Amino acid sequence: VSNSSSSTSHVDVFQYYTLPCISLLYKAGGPVVDFSYVGIDAILEQMRRKAMKQGFELNIMVVGQSGLGKSTLMNTLFKSKVSRKSVLATAQEKIPKTIEIKSISHDIEEKGVRMKLTVIDTPGFGDQINNENCWQPIMKFINDQYEAYLQEEININRKKRIPDSRVHCCIYFIPPTGHCLRPLDVEFMRRLSKVVNIVPVIAKADTLTLEERDFFKKKIREELRANGIDVYPQKEFDEDAEDRMINEKIREMIPFAVVGSDQEYQVNGRRLLGRKTKWGTIEVENIAHCEFAYLRDLLIRTHMQNIKDITSSIHYEMYRVRRLNENNTVVTHANGIPEHHLAAHEM
Amino acid sequence: MASTEIARQAGEGARAVPLAGHVGFDSMPDQLVNKSVNHGFCFNILCVGETGLGKSTLMDTLFNTKFEGEPTQHNQPGVTLKSNTYELQESNVRLKLTVVNTVGFGDQINKEDSYKSIVEFIDAQFEAYLQEELKIKRTLHSYHDTRIHACLYFIAPTGHSLKSLDLVTMKKLDSKVNIIPIIAKSDAISKSELAKFKIKITSELVSNGVQIYQFPTDDESVAEINSTMNSHLPFAVVGSTEEVKIGNKMVKARQYPWGTVQVENENHCDFVKLREMLIRVNMEDLREQTHTRHYELYRRCKLEEMGFKDTDPDSKPFSLQETYEAKRNEFMGELQKKEEEMRQMFVQRVKEKEAELKEAEKELHEKFDRLKKLHQDEKKKLEEKKKSLDDELNMFKQKKTAAELLQNQAQQAGGSTTLKRDKERKN
Repeated sequence: VSNSSSSTSHVDVFQYYTLPCISLLYKAGGPVVDFSYVGIDAILEQMRRKAMKQGFELNIMVVGQSGLGKSTLMNTLFKSKVSRKSVLATAQEKIPKTIEIKSISHDIEEKGVRMKLTVIDTPGFGDQINNENCWQPIMKFINDQYEAYLQEEININRKKRIPDSRVHCCIYFIPPTGHCLRPLDVEFMRRLSKVVNIVPVIAKADTLTLEERDFFKKKIREELRANGIDVYPQKEFDEDAEDRMINEKIREMIPFAVVGSDQEYQVNGRRLLGRKTKWGTIEVENIAHCEFAYLRDLLIRTHMQNIKDITSSIHYEMYRVRRLNENNTVVTHANGIPEHHLAAHEM
Repeated sequence: MASTEIARQAGEGARAVPLAGHVGFDSMPDQLVNKSVNHGFCFNILCVGETGLGKSTLMDTLFNTKFEGEPTQHNQPGVTLKSNTYELQESNVRLKLTVVNTVGFGDQINKEDSYKSIVEFIDAQFEAYLQEELKIKRTLHSYHDTRIHACLYFIAPTGHSLKSLDLVTMKKLDSKVNIIPIIAKSDAISKSELAKFKIKITSELVSNGVQIYQFPTDDESVAEINSTMNSHLPFAVVGSTEEVKIGNKMVKARQYPWGTVQVENENHCDFVKLREMLIRVNMEDLREQTHTRHYELYRRCKLEEMGFKDTDPDSKPFSLQETYEAKRNEFMGELQKKEEEMRQMFVQRVKEKEAELKEAEKELHEKFDRLKKLHQDEKKKLEEKKKSLDDELNMFKQKKTAAELLQNQAQQAGGSTTLKRDKERKN
């Protein structure tokens, strides 16, 4: 049975829940009591209230060789000092001998919307002479977050809100060589696109001319396709025709050629974020100069919820299926040491 | 080989960082709402109350539509629950509304078990959700949630106090569902009686420890209105889908010779309050309470019953996984056993059939042998007979030839005599 209660189109809907007695709908011309209005659409407002009260969580991972501007880009995206370098300022920035994974959380607020942003940095990635298996620690970290969430979810006494530390998005920084992807890039993206949303970006894009940039992008897209690498937004997760249309446009622009900066300069009478050189000032938020604005819009303004949804309903579910299907469960003893570890020690 | 070092800075108490400009994540609530709009919403109401208290009419009035169905009979042998799902749309919001009615509640002579079918129904919905949640391959985001979000308990307008059936039923339901008690057909009670009735009901509920749903007062924007409404519970409602002309407007009302009861007039009844609270202000909270409180309680009890347990935090375990695996193996073992049994039975049956067929074959052979023997006997007899007949025939032939010989001889002798006679005659 499909009933449609008479849908009334209003010019303005007064916030009925502050008027305890009568629900009034203001049409142009004065208050009118509309008896056919049930109030089902009030649930949107209720949801919004709940969301504002709870706040949001977002976990972004940045991966790339040192010197590609990862920290700067994070600071630029969130217009504040959110990167590891800004927080853990070390006297000398040495490239670590092994890959480390460092995550830092911040509480940021904008127009009443509170967000817990966690930036996960991976210093040391791709910096060794032998970079074999350098993706392993990163994959392990991502899987560990899924594992933590799964553990919480299968508890008998569950928390009201399970803290979400799963990596929602992994920004992969491609060095601006202008030629093609390196084997390291292909290997990393191939493996990780299966467990997390990857957003590849061309770092320090101000070293490429527009033609070089277009050529590079096309080459990268071809190589991604040739290697079967599905980056975000993945084609198979488009929900409907409208989605597909929007996402196709984005897929034609990937990877975004970005420039990051946390310094402001005076340009044409306005203060803008940019990089000042002898031959000109590159404006970070100018789409004629670089594609930072597109990246920001994608990640934050339009697709943030979608990124989180794909992480929780697809990547996490896949992990869960794999995990629950495993026949050899690792039994942990009361002191927390896994059994096979103990056995090895005894030998 | 690369090793990892995880340094988590200020996990819970993350540092607050000021923003130097507009980032844009203030659109997150919009993104979330848009996603929900695309998805649609689900709301499930259970109406519990005796037959004839106007449950269906109230639903029609609340949602401004005529839900199908005729009034139920009063002679049901037990309490059954009938649920109907409707798709409503208002501006861009699509709502999948499920209305569950208790059919035959309060009609039996012995009402001791009336509450049981209701509790079973509610539990069944929780169970279905739990099953989906425990599945290995699950599709939670597209699952049609049938868990009851609100239970409207219809109290008969006696004007005195709650019936014992009401108390018992509400006590059984209060830990499983959000109960909103309402006084049905309240146009049968006068204003003064109503006030006393409400006080009596509330005190009876409190003294019996029945936990009814309290509208939430933690969010400042709705705290005030919700707390006011909490003091008006139970709502005295009147339902009607008929329209009567009052002044120059058509309003929903019930017309009596002595006056007209207007449904949406706050002086006449609490219908508007109910609609405000149930739909316009707290629908989302009702859904949330169902999921985070009632469902979690059910889940916890069910899992503990099945033998799972969490171990305490310092032994970081996997006991749920283990027990899950153990149960799975047990189940597989049982399945295999059953399969083996079935196979044995099958083999047995085949053997029996084979034996039967062999028996039949043997019988046939015996029969054949017997017949053959009979046949041979017959043949022998016949041959003997034939032989004897042949012998007879031979004897007869012999006799015949002997007789012929004799005749010939006699003839010859006679012939010679005749010849002699003839010769004599001639001479």
